Amino acid sequence: MNLLNVLMLLPLAGALITFALPRKSPQFARLVALAIALITFAGGMALATNYHVSGTPQFVTDVVWVRSLDIHYHVGVDGIGLWMIVLSTLLAPLAMLASWNVITRRVNDFFALILLLEFALVGVFSSYDLFLFYVFWEVSIVPFLFLIGIWGGERRMYASLKFFVYTMAGSVLMLTSMIYLYTKVRTFDLTTILSALSSGRLALSPAEQTFLFLGFFAAFAIKAPLFPFHTWLPDFHEQAPPAVSMLLLKMGVFGLIRFSLPLFPVAARDNAPWIIVLAIVGIIYGALLALSETNILRLIAYSSLSHVGFMVLGVFTFTQLGMDGSVYQMINHGISTGGLFLMVGLLAARRNSTAIDAFGGVAHAAPWLSTAFLITTLAGLGLPLLNSFVGEYLVLQGAAEANFRYAVFAAIGVILSACYMLWLYQRLFYGAKPDRAYPDLDVREWLCVVPLIILMFWLGIGTQTFLPAITGTTSHLLDDSRQSIPFRVEAARAH
Amino acid sequence: MPYLWLIPALPLCGFLINGLFGRKLPKMVVSTVAIGASMLSFLWVLYTLKVLQPLDTPHVERYFTWIQSGEFRVGADFAVDRLTAIMLMVITGVGTLIHIYSAGYMDHDSGFARYFAYLNLFMFFMLTLVLASNFLLLFVGWEGVGLASYLLIGFWFDRKSATNAGNKAFIVNRIGDFGFSLAIFLIVVTFGSLDFGTVFEAAAGKQQGVLTAIALLLLVGACGKSAQLPLYVWLPDAMEGPTPVSALIHAATMVTAGVYMIARASVIFVHSGTALDVVAIVGVLTAAFAAIIGLAQNDIKKVFAYSTVSQLGYMFLGLGSGAFSAGVFHLVTHAFFKATLFLGAGSVIHACAGEQDMRKLGGLRSKTPITFWCLVVAGLAISGIPPFSGFYSKDEILLAALHHAPWMYVVGLLTALLTAFYVFRAIILTFFGTYKGEGHPHEAPLSMTLPLIVLAFLSFAGGFLFDVPRYLSQFFPVSDASGQNALLQIVAASVGAIGILLAVAFYLVRPGIPEALARNLGGTYTLVYNKFFVDEIYDAAIVQPTLVGSRTVLLKGVDRGLLDGIVSGTGETVRGAGEVFRQIQSGNIRSYATWVVLGSVFVLILVGIGVLAASGVVIR
Repeated sequence: MNLLNVLMLLPLAGALITFALPRKSPQFARLVALAIALITFAGGMALATNYHVSGTPQFVTDVVWVRSLDIHYHVGVDGIGLWMIVLSTLLAPLAMLASWNVITRRVNDFFALILLLEFALVGVFSSYDLFLFYVFWEVSIVPFLFLIGIWGGERRMYASLKFFVYTMAGSVLMLTSMIYLYTKVRTFDLTTILSALSSGRLALSPAEQTFLFLGFFAAFAIKAPLFPFHTWLPDFHEQAPPAVSMLLLKMGVFGLIRFSLPLFPVAARDNAPWIIVLAIVGIIYGALLALSETNILRLIAYSSLSHVGFMVLGVFTFTQLGMDGSVYQMINHGISTGGLFLMVGLLAARRNSTAIDAFGGVAHAAPWLSTAFLITTLAGLGLPLLNSFVGEYLVLQGAAEANFRYAVFAAIGVILSACYMLWLYQRLFYGAKPDRAYPDLDVREWLCVVPLIILMFWLGIGTQTFLPAITGTTSHLLDDSRQSIPFRVEAARAH
Repeated sequence: MPYLWLIPALPLCGFLINGLFGRKLPKMVVSTVAIGASMLSFLWVLYTLKVLQPLDTPHVERYFTWIQSGEFRVGADFAVDRLTAIMLMVITGVGTLIHIYSAGYMDHDSGFARYFAYLNLFMFFMLTLVLASNFLLLFVGWEGVGLASYLLIGFWFDRKSATNAGNKAFIVNRIGDFGFSLAIFLIVVTFGSLDFGTVFEAAAGKQQGVLTAIALLLLVGACGKSAQLPLYVWLPDAMEGPTPVSALIHAATMVTAGVYMIARASVIFVHSGTALDVVAIVGVLTAAFAAIIGLAQNDIKKVFAYSTVSQLGYMFLGLGSGAFSAGVFHLVTHAFFKATLFLGAGSVIHACAGEQDMRKLGGLRSKTPITFWCLVVAGLAISGIPPFSGFYSKDEILLAALHHAPWMYVVGLLTALLTAFYVFRAIILTFFGTYKGEGHPHEAPLSMTLPLIVLAFLSFAGGFLFDVPRYLSQFFPVSDASGQNALLQIVAASVGAIGILLAVAFYLVRPGIPEALARNLGGTYTLVYNKFFVDEIYDAAIVQPTLVGSRTVLLKGVDRGLLDGIVSGTGETVRGAGEVFRQIQSGNIRSYATWVVLGSVFVLILVGIGVLAASGVVIR
């Protein structure tokens, strides 16, 4: 059985086991779940070390799932999915560790849901069948809903419903597009559809392409989220346990790269200008709102909106650098924004609040926590030698190649990120000695924080661990989209 | 193989040791590690330069690929040529002296280890900056020194004014870096590479418009880092940091990074032409503007801070006049005399329990004689009195300015007059008259006076000991204006002397004059005293509109009002359904039940999808 399937089965089985374990001993459930998550992470590492840089998917399993609809269980790993999968398997155990003592109610359920979420994430990042992808996409919503709904903040109902309504609205549109596509080719298998497209067996008129593209785009833009489809995000992050927020990986941007670009290359390029405008508006808008936010979690949510703007901008520049930078930012987001959520969780556990003005002078009392937070802050504002700099630089450089004006406007976001991040840090950690105790990091918290900090430096300095696999995949994507455009336009006319 | 990487790696080790374990180590060990790291780095620089002599061609070392995407590659490559050699000597030499000084100055501070960790971190980034052999790696050092500066300005982080100043420094520099990064993007688009060698070789063949754009964008970055108009505002505030930091980072080294960068990219500026003019104009205006403000400051560190801004303007004037080597020469001598001035000020502050207001000092001449004489030497150097170091470098700049544009020469001369005046005003106010403070001021310990004496000696002799222009002669095209002009030298020197004499007359002989003058000038004086209200204007024109606009228009108006309003209809409906449900259910299980229902809805949707899909088959 290939490693990828193991990576999917392990968390799924783990979720079921943890759920079924006796509820009297939560500590046992925690340990079992963590052990499974760690084994899965080891598997993720093995996936990375056994991956060979190339443009084609590896660890492929392709079996027919529903014969009548030609739905396949078709999974595989390319250079983009690889790092997203590894990231998922890394963040799941960290999220568990971060919630270790914090979650005391219905422990089994919480840890089982984290594993279920991990299963869904690995599925989303490895599906090569539209329907299979859709199933994983939807399955991923369920653990999120429960995790917020049960363990969330005061307005958890509102937040989770908003999340649900938004996501479902997008999903339905994506599904409609998928079904329309199915009626054309009689299969849900991505590889088959793509070869049908490139051979001319399947030809979509420009209008059809645009319509289908927009269907997928709706789902991905909401999920990412791209401005102006983002208003669920601040509520989501404010109400979700911070450890859960860590796992909200950028599935939307991933979907754009995996599906929208190869399936609808012409529409993607035709619609690029206004999407780029939305992306750039999002970069600046998110950063400006982050300046005014009074809640740490909502502030980070708006900074995420800004980050997503960079990612989407990178994709739609259709340049090698922009595309690579975009994927790099997807990884970075998991590490540094994930790290921020994790550490805000640590702060919140000490003060039982996430309002910025509830804190101040923490650096006096907890120097190591402050240092860890500072490094993460610096990563967030794109300091060189840390992860985000590489991604932001590549995106902006790609944007400059596509159209210099894009880079000019997007780079304003880099100025603003320094403003809101440093101001946040100042208000939380600097100032007079606090009148309450802030214990410094304990062993468990060290274990959560250190891997992320190491990765911030690794991604910032040792980029060659990650970039070759990404470039290998994105260069193929770009080549394909360039080659097929004239051909497909011809084919559409011939119809 | 001279292992260039060792030069920054040594302070990096110092940073790691003190950063990770410093709090548990005795002060003796902490300072030994930090000073040792800096000193070893200095010795390694000496060794390297000896081995690489005469350094006619750059020595390049390539370590690994930092970033590669497609054909585009950025390497972690270091290079040393004569320009870098000078920078390395100044950074590690002056840096080590200030490390030693700090051990005395910071002795009683509870953040001793943190301080030295940051100082070593600064050295690491500054050395990376000057060793980098491509623009992106230079940018690493550039941002890194900004970080060290931010951390050290806000070193006493319980003071809001300090952390505000740190933020301001970082953010204003970010505005400059906005220009710098756009320059980098444009360089890659134009040249396909960021390697200094590749770019500078190809520069001559490129369109002048593009080169001008690149050069001007680089200049924006340089204006941020080197505190030039209109981005100088962060530097006076940066005086919130410990005084040795002001000496090392905010006078001798980091703030000269912009000068270094322009000198490094001189080929681009020269081929642009226009950009070079802009550099000169920015420089000369900044020099005069900051000198005027410096006249009316009462905080001894603020005087020297505006003096730094002004002297950096001088360097820019030199660069912009095409005399790159003169600009770099002034960078070197300025490092000596301005470090002396700041360390001397630190010694005064140390002696007088933290007092920085010159109106509350005075009469310290007999109490701190070493400090006094060192400051006088540095004062003569900055005033351009021969044979003190500043004379040589200032003379070269003024000469170049005269050939470039006579009005700049005149403004430069006037600035020199003002400079001599306000520096000696500060020295007289601090050291003459009677002591107006409390306690008993005393001379600093040897660890502080020794570096001070060495730097004072360099301020004296640095000009004739190190002939920087000749060392750089093959590096920069020698401008036709070079060579000495006795008449001009006499004019420059006497202008400095007049400035000093005026200060003596105003503050020593007839102490009534300044007040009378201030009264008579009225509004003008208020304007200068309040630094032309530039900070207030920036705040009202940029900062407040952004903050208020973001809070009221964007957050409350657009985000919560408009965007959320559109969907709130949907939201209300769902919430209404939830409300109904909540009334049916009771107690703890109600939330659970809601989820079951939602779950079923989800399953129903999935089933619906299946049916839809299946119907597709049937219809066929």
